[in-house]
Formats: sequence, structure tokens, C-alpha cells
Amino acid sequence: MRYLPHTDEDISAMLEAVGVKCLDDLFPTVPESCRFIKEQTIPGPFTEWELNGHMDLLAKKQGVSSGYRRFIGAGSYEHYIPASVSTLLGRSEFVTPYTPYQPEISQGTLQAIYEYQTLVARLLGMEVANASLYDGASALAEALLMAVRITGKRKVAVSSAIHPHYRRVAETYFRPSGIEVVTLPCLENGRTDVATIDQFQDLAAVAVQSPNFFGCIEDLKGICERCDSNDLLSVISFTEPLAYGLLKNPGRQGAHIVCGEGRSFGLPLWFGGPGLGMFACRTKYMRNMPGRLIGKALDREGKSGFVLTLATREQHIRREKATSNICTNSSHCALAAVIYMATLGGTGMRELATLNRDKSEYLKKELRKAGFRIPFDAPTFNEFVVEFPTGFEQTHKRLLDKGIVAGLPLASFYPAMAGKYLLCVTETVSRNDMDELVREIRS
Amino acid sequence: MKEISELNLPEDVYYTKNHEWARLDGEEAIIGITDYAQDQLGDIVFVEMPQAGDSFGKGEEFGTVESVKAVAELYLPIGGEIVSVNSSLEESPELVNASPHGDGWIARIRPADPGEMNALMSKNAYLEMLKGV
Repeated sequence: MRYLPHTDEDISAMLEAVGVKCLDDLFPTVPESCRFIKEQTIPGPFTEWELNGHMDLLAKKQGVSSGYRRFIGAGSYEHYIPASVSTLLGRSEFVTPYTPYQPEISQGTLQAIYEYQTLVARLLGMEVANASLYDGASALAEALLMAVRITGKRKVAVSSAIHPHYRRVAETYFRPSGIEVVTLPCLENGRTDVATIDQFQDLAAVAVQSPNFFGCIEDLKGICERCDSNDLLSVISFTEPLAYGLLKNPGRQGAHIVCGEGRSFGLPLWFGGPGLGMFACRTKYMRNMPGRLIGKALDREGKSGFVLTLATREQHIRREKATSNICTNSSHCALAAVIYMATLGGTGMRELATLNRDKSEYLKKELRKAGFRIPFDAPTFNEFVVEFPTGFEQTHKRLLDKGIVAGLPLASFYPAMAGKYLLCVTETVSRNDMDELVREIRS
Repeated sequence: MKEISELNLPEDVYYTKNHEWARLDGEEAIIGITDYAQDQLGDIVFVEMPQAGDSFGKGEEFGTVESVKAVAELYLPIGGEIVSVNSSLEESPELVNASPHGDGWIARIRPADPGEMNALMSKNAYLEMLKGV
């Protein structure tokens, strides 16, 4: 679609047609107190090269620029993006990923989504995956709402080791709906204390994240079995899908619903987004799943093709009885993810995941050797918590000035965790970077 | 779509304005949707049914029927407890299209008050209502 701005003549002609003098005359119904009356102080236009220079300056202020070495993940993981992703994403056939109102006319768009769903379902070990949601946080909220729909119970338990932002999004969803959220504490080893669910009555679901916010890998099999024996649904959230290149996937451990953030797969670390909500479940819950689904079908002549299926669950047909108010997906991000997954393949995914695990274990070992405590015993993937001595904030700041981001201070999310930092190591960090980090921390 | 004259509506059942039917069978009643309803919905792909033992009042929603283009709620013509549901619809929902008043029945109930049947429509009254639609 081309962008065609209105000229002053266009605007005058339209104003005359509707019989008003100026644009402001169109807004008398908006109370004056809600209007921005002042002149807008927007600087004049830049030339193209001035604008590039301006953006470069802004970028240099951010920790994502190439001048920094980052040991921080906490939901956004830095991974190398193969050239195949950006090259294919830029193809004109894919640049507008919007599904038209007659979706079947866009067989290429539907096939890409179908392949995305297939790879997500395989990665997570689930029977069916949707065309994607907005991000990991809203996917968790939608999963919990789905559990409420299936069970008819209006209380959910959420692990305190789920990403704090995800929990806030879920609470925002639930506040007006009267669904109660209870929080499960953590054990000494950094895992969720799932035994505490036995004390709650009438739960619809239990949600945990694995690896959790502290990087610890949860005992998903034990959690799913406990959910089964309590007759409630297990919701497994994740922020780092790459972990399932190496770890036993949630489906094989008995999960009912799996949801999380897919940004690790081919999407850069933009400031806060956009993300990619991955969402999968067992077939028996499919009709209660939010979002769109692409299916493969045969036409009248027996030729295979792709269709938007089960659309009757969606709000343009079911109105207030729809499974969700989400009738769309993050198509372009899902496309990046499917190209990324297809580029790596099963073997590549496993190798990359192993590299992440091995490198982060190296840093963990070096920090331990340097005398720092690793407070949680549970196994981790590419993130772990380190306890630094009092006054480490100064060191953290000094390292930041040198372009080293030495992890996330957990106290900002968990006040009782002063001195504990969440560190992340992906394939983008070299051994030299890690050795230098340890040297700098000790000095 | 069928003309009203083409509809196959049995004489021995009672009809609701929401296009369900009920037929007394001894102490129980069999519930389904009418030929008109299945024809309007088109190809039916899924029937969501209640569980045996569930109880519903007259006019209460007890399930949904889903076609390729729409989802319709099922309302119980008379109150009662679900005795059984037509489990062959799980695998073959198209039975509702092929035989809405026979093999495509949906649920069997034990009426709380069989007298509620009297408030339902006869075939002729239902046809009159359809002609007015």
C-alpha cells in the first residue's frame, strides 16, 4: 500500500464538503480539558543524512548497540540472526503479512503460518499450535483465561518465578474479570514450591515458567503429574524457547497448555518489542484455544491447500462468546521465527542450545572459582543467579561505563533478593568476554 | 437452502421457536435441532454436548452446534437432567445434517416436568412461525 498524504487543497475540499471551517471544528465533542491545545513543538525536518546521524547518536546511548557486551537476558535474549531471516523477510510477497478478509486467496501467507505452527508444535511437543499471539506475557494471560473457560473455575495459581512482567500483564487482564490469582512461592533451590497447590481449592490451572525467571529448570514432569492428580490444567510458560532445543519439551512431560515468548528466534532486541506469543495445547482443548489456526485441506479437485480453520471460535463470528478478543497474530514475527527454525533445523537447534548451556556453565564455574556464591542449586540453561557482596552496585555501574552489562539486579523485582544478580550467556558472548567480566568484577 | 415446503418435519415431535425439537419416549424425551435449523447452519462440523447427569432448566443453553460458517447455542426445550448424549456425533457431526430428526438427535433427557411439553409448538404451528420468518 502506498502512503499518499492529504494536501492542504485536499483537506480544504473535505472540510468544505462537510461544512466546517477548520479541523478543530471536527472535535467539539471532545472536552476541552482532554484536548492538547498548545502549539506542538516538533523540530523541523532533517535531511536524510542528518536523520541517520541523529538516529546513530540515539542508538549509541542504548545498551543494545555494538559497543556493549551484555550478560543480561531476563526475557530478551541476544542471539545471532542468520542472513536467511532478514533476506527472506524482506521479500515483497511477505512484507505485508496481513491476512486478507478472504484468507484463502493468500496461500503463501497461510502456508508460512502453517509451517510456523508445525515447527512450534514439534519444538514444544504439543499436538496443536496457533498462528501466534502478541507476546509471551499476553500468551500467559490467554492460557490462564483458556483454563478458566475449560474448567469453569475462577482461580489460578501462578509461580512467583514467572517473569514479573508476565505476571503483571496476567493480573491486568484478570483484575476487572474477578478471576483470582494466587502466587506460589519458591524453594531454596530456585524452583517453584508446587506442593503448595494442595492447599488451594477450586483451582483452574497452575502456571510455571521453565527455565524460570531465575534461569532454573523446573521439574515439569512432577508439576504436570501433580496437576493431573489435582484435576487441574498445567500451563507451562517460557521466555527462552531455545532451551527446548536441548531440554525435554513440555509436551513430553505432560503439559496441557504451553505458551511463551518467541523473540529469541530471529527477532532483534528492539526496545520492548514487538514480541511473538507462541501458544500450543493438546487437541482436546483446541476449540477453546485463542487466536487463529491455519489448517491443511483438500479442494474439490483433491489438490491440497491451506485454509483458515475453526474461525467460528473467533469474535467476528462468535461475538461475545468468542474464545478470545484476539482475532489476529504476529504474522511477520512468526514468519521470522519459522525461517529461523527452518534455518537451524533440529540438529542446529540442539547444537546452538548446547553452546548456550556450555558457555553459561563456563561463566558460572569461573564466578564460583572467583569466590561468588550461586544461590540456587537447580540446573539452569543460559541464565543463572549470582550473589555478589554488598556494594556491588558500584561495580555494576563501573562496568556499565566500560560497556559491560553485568546482569540484572533482582532486587528491582524481588526486594528480598538484594545482592542477587541474574546473568545470561548466549552464543554471542565469547570466552574472552566472560574472562574479562570475571577479571573486572574481581578488580 | 430448502424451501419451507421441502422441509422434512415429523408430526410426532414438539418444536421451539429456537428451532429445537423434543419427542417423548416413555419417561424420557429426545432432543435435537430441526431440519430448518440444520439447513440454515450448513455443514455441521462439531457438536458440543453436555455430560450425562447435568441438569438444565427450560430454555437454558446446554451445548453448541458449530457449522463451517456459524456457531449456534442449543437451548433445552423443556427442563430436565441429561440421561445420555448421542456420542456418534463426536466422530460424525454431519449426522445432524443428514438426519436431524433421526440419527442426528443430540441428547436424551429425563424431564423435570413433562407438562412443559404443552407449551411447545406442533408441526403446524412451527411451520406457521417459519412462514412468518
